[in-house]
Amino acid sequence: MKAFLHGLLRHPSGRIGAAIVLVYIIVALLAQAGLTPYDPLKQFRIERLQGPTFAHWMGTDMFGRDVLSRLMIGIGQSFMVAFSSVGLAAAIGTLLGLTAAWFGHLWDGLVMRCMDVLLAFPAILLALLFIAVVGPGTFTSILAIAFVYTPIFTRVVRGPALSIKTRDFVDAARSFGSSSTYILTRHLLLNLVAPLTVQVTLALAWSLLTESGLSFLGLGTQPPNSSLGLMLADSVNLMEMAPWLLVFPAIAVMLGILGFNLLGDALRDILDPRMRRVVA
Amino acid sequence: MTKLLSVSGLKVGFGRGDQMRAVVHGVDFELDAGETLAIVGESGSGKSVTALSINRLVDYGGGRILDGRMDFLTAGGEVIDLARASDRRMEKIRGGEIGMIFQEPMTSLNPVLTIGEQIAEAFKLQRGLSGSAARAATLEALDRVRIPDAARRLKYYPHQLSGGMLQRVMIAMALATNPRLLIADEPTTALDVSVQAQIMALLAELRRETGTGLIFITHDMGLVAGIADRVMVMQAGEVVEQGPLDRILDRPEHPYTRHLLKAVPHFSGGRHVRRDHHRTDKTATSPTLTVEGMTVRFPATAGLLRRSIGAIHAVENVDFDVIPGETLAIVGESGSGKSTTARALLGLVKPHRGTFAVVDERTGNRRKPVQMVFQNPYASLNPRLDVESLLAEPVRASGERVDDAVRARMARLLERVGLPVDSIRRYAHEFSGGQRQRLCIARALMVNPAVLVLDEAVSALDVSVQAKVLDLLIDLQNEMKLAYLFVSHDMAVVERIAHRVAVLYAGRIVEIGAAEAVLSSPQHAYTRRLIAAVPTMERRREIFKLDTADIPTLLRPPGYEPAQTLWRTCGDDHQVRIEVDDREEQSHAAAHRQ
Amino acid sequence: MNYLIRRLVTFPLVMFGVSVLVFVAIRLVPGDSITAMLGTEAGLLTPEQRQSLAVYFGLDQGWFSQYWRWIGGVFSGNLGVSVTYGKPVLTVILERFPLTLELAVLAMLIALGVGLPLGVFAATRNEKRSDLAVRIFAMIGQSTPSFVIGLLIIYVLSAGFGILPSMGEFVPFSQDPLGNLSQLILPAMTLGLSFTASVTRISRSAVLDVLGDDYVRTARSKGAPKARVIWRHALPNALIPVVTLSGVEFGYLLGGAVLVEQIFALPGLGRLVLDAILQRDYALVQGSVLFVALNFMVVNLLVDLTYVLLDPRIRLGGRS
Repeated sequence: MKAFLHGLLRHPSGRIGAAIVLVYIIVALLAQAGLTPYDPLKQFRIERLQGPTFAHWMGTDMFGRDVLSRLMIGIGQSFMVAFSSVGLAAAIGTLLGLTAAWFGHLWDGLVMRCMDVLLAFPAILLALLFIAVVGPGTFTSILAIAFVYTPIFTRVVRGPALSIKTRDFVDAARSFGSSSTYILTRHLLLNLVAPLTVQVTLALAWSLLTESGLSFLGLGTQPPNSSLGLMLADSVNLMEMAPWLLVFPAIAVMLGILGFNLLGDALRDILDPRMRRVVA
Repeated sequence: MTKLLSVSGLKVGFGRGDQMRAVVHGVDFELDAGETLAIVGESGSGKSVTALSINRLVDYGGGRILDGRMDFLTAGGEVIDLARASDRRMEKIRGGEIGMIFQEPMTSLNPVLTIGEQIAEAFKLQRGLSGSAARAATLEALDRVRIPDAARRLKYYPHQLSGGMLQRVMIAMALATNPRLLIADEPTTALDVSVQAQIMALLAELRRETGTGLIFITHDMGLVAGIADRVMVMQAGEVVEQGPLDRILDRPEHPYTRHLLKAVPHFSGGRHVRRDHHRTDKTATSPTLTVEGMTVRFPATAGLLRRSIGAIHAVENVDFDVIPGETLAIVGESGSGKSTTARALLGLVKPHRGTFAVVDERTGNRRKPVQMVFQNPYASLNPRLDVESLLAEPVRASGERVDDAVRARMARLLERVGLPVDSIRRYAHEFSGGQRQRLCIARALMVNPAVLVLDEAVSALDVSVQAKVLDLLIDLQNEMKLAYLFVSHDMAVVERIAHRVAVLYAGRIVEIGAAEAVLSSPQHAYTRRLIAAVPTMERRREIFKLDTADIPTLLRPPGYEPAQTLWRTCGDDHQVRIEVDDREEQSHAAAHRQ
Repeated sequence: MNYLIRRLVTFPLVMFGVSVLVFVAIRLVPGDSITAMLGTEAGLLTPEQRQSLAVYFGLDQGWFSQYWRWIGGVFSGNLGVSVTYGKPVLTVILERFPLTLELAVLAMLIALGVGLPLGVFAATRNEKRSDLAVRIFAMIGQSTPSFVIGLLIIYVLSAGFGILPSMGEFVPFSQDPLGNLSQLILPAMTLGLSFTASVTRISRSAVLDVLGDDYVRTARSKGAPKARVIWRHALPNALIPVVTLSGVEFGYLLGGAVLVEQIFALPGLGRLVLDAILQRDYALVQGSVLFVALNFMVVNLLVDLTYVLLDPRIRLGGRS
């Protein structure tokens, strides 16, 4: 663990990625704890559509609400959706992928064909379809994104699980007579932690992207609650008059995704031994 | 006359800036035109890096030549220093004047190009040939390496050919433009013994025909004896000794050379078998392991609908037994069914028919009386578990608790196999290959088995480590009266550890008996062929003969049952299978090198 | 060839799964279908009218026979009638499709034309400054959602140059090629940017991976010059991941780039689906989602076909 952290901090993009993600998490936690500069819903009537000032670092929106406070709430909202949906998808996907690889035969065929069906839809469309059924909202976006990402996790787990299954140490375990549960957890799952970590990080980036897209379309987080996608949608008709309404949320979305992407790349370099061959 | 190549003070390093790490520290040698120099060493000796430096391929692997000269006499009579030649110049020299063949023929050819295209490329790059001229030259090159039916094989992709065939293609490619120097980096390590003999034969013959200089890199002293004029021994990036072949083999001066010659297993035709235990002794007890009629078949299917077209008869009617304290070696080449036999005993594959019984006369745990040690110590230990969890697994699997007694046993076994007791908290990657294999042995012994199945257990190790692990296995066997089933393709190792030998060919035992008898006077045609292919120290500068016999197919139609096997007894403990088909026997005899 | 045939066999199977999923999803929408279909006007219906409508749409029957009725229609090109547009669903879809197709093709041309050479270039300059620059560009490109790129482009153009991207009625390429391109070039670039970034990244890492392979060393030992090593030996082996990624992204784009179409006010497939969902035009949702999934699967099949062309191991199977 110590060596891992050391490796992460030595990796140039890992360092930047980890820093960005850490800052976002702190901001998200502050927002959740209510520690924003102003009440995000409070309307400063006389200060409507004001550019960045000392009092309002990122300006105010058309209702005179503080953009920075709303941005912080939005980040908290986006992170909550991202972490819950990816966590859900990773858990279900891992379970399905692992059991498909281990039991094979009918179960494998059934699981993988179902995943093929889900993968036959473009991701955003599948999310839209899901929302069409359940109706828009924060909770729905969590489920929709998890629903879309589950087949990808299933595949990501099944591939390596199949290859680990043929490794000598699994044969050794079977020759001792170890139980399936033991082999699945200690030999397969434990060795899948690395590829899963990488995938979770990259999925978080993608999930942030999807969440902001859904909110932008008005299908995710609903007003008056704040989210990055909603803020961007609100800025569309005002961008010439109040560019700060566009620029700050745009940068916030971009940096957040960038942070997870950088971190994911670094984790892949550190955890995936295949890459080391290139350097050697 | 100027030398073909003269290397002096060659230093090579890897890495950048202050992380630069030198791996070759000043190598000097010379090579005459038409001469063969063998560079011998174990992994990490710098032998391959030295070879890759000569044609500067080392530049592309992250390495850099730090110092030294490599004067090479080109065909034009000009002497150039390869260490300082420009990239453009090197492109003409590589392939044009210096050819190279590599260890893994399977991965060294481009999978998306036909072998014809790949050989033709050499002609195109170095001679500017194209179209029908290139095709004609390619055909000739394939003929030269004795590939049958060359015109048709031109259109084959690498994955459609066997390893031996691919190595011939590599040789054809390397020799395409008649280079003055050929570098062969462990060209036979990945191949079966009899294929190795063929490749060595081909190399020797082509060298005579073309008069090319050869640098042959290997870890195997036996191969050196067969082909080299001069030998250079390397260890940890330094040359420890070099000289003419006979001088190095007969009067080695450096202790490391002596170690490589003495401590490392070399095949001697059954003269140095173990004599600590004999089957005919009156002390012999009843067998620990008895295998009767073991048969393993894998269903074979073809076409879209996976129609059954019969079965692969991987192991057919195999019988043997092993008594306590005895090693039975199962030898054979790839596809002979030797590993399948071992895996069937552990329940890793399901036998089609046959039984095996284990009788453990000692007191103690008999829940899991058969344990196994696998070939690759890097793959057989879960990298995410520490040593304690690794050692605890067989104990847990047999339903016992990991208590203080078990922990004490762990400590005792670790010490016994020569690992520090504080290894208990460490992970597999912190150990060397030899240490990992010791760990695997300790793990297998945790449940006090009666039989240990060793599947190529030392094959992945460096030769001098191999010797030490073999010694450990012999000591443990004598101490614990273990019965070993030792599966191996390496006759030198088998001679070191086996009391009895069973030769497996195409899924059946063709000969079984006391090690000395089988190895010194092999009776079955296949055994004779196999043993003749093993390189030895005695056969020097040998002219290998080419042999293109193929292993028969193991695929049988549905319902096929082989005829009853007949055995011929030729000694106290030595039995040979009588081949039903006399013609087969004759063709084997004809193929056999006299 | 077996590989491709096996893929062809699973195609109808997965398509069946897709149709069931779409069908069931629509039936799971809360509220009854007639209200959903007609919206507020449904309140004006008499119970008798309601009943006859239900019989007309087959809603009085079980799900099973409803499904068969629908899928039978699908095979004869009848996807039902869109309530919003008052036209057959298929007609509405086919009106929107050319724009979406053209946009996807343009974006892919940009991505492959720029991304592939850039990725290969970066791989050969591994760890040098130019490699770093390419990687930073690709990383930022991949991390910026395309709708954010679109918004920023519009902002820069309008605030900086006073230009507004031409919106309004879509001009087909056949009628006015220049007008059509000027209409699509900005959205295509918007979509192309993140697509390019992904292609750059994947081709860089694939080439880098392959450059460490043994056969590349063999090619060098034959004296092959750098360019030949890359283009003849490394790239053909590195193309499979690039083709996979391009296929998936292209397939997504064929499903309509909802967000970018929304920003640039383009009447593409993506917005069609979105509007259909917002207006609860379920025949249209059902039909267009099925259409998009079919597109996506056809693209995947083409990707598989490309594998077969690229890799003789897939083409010829194991050793003969």
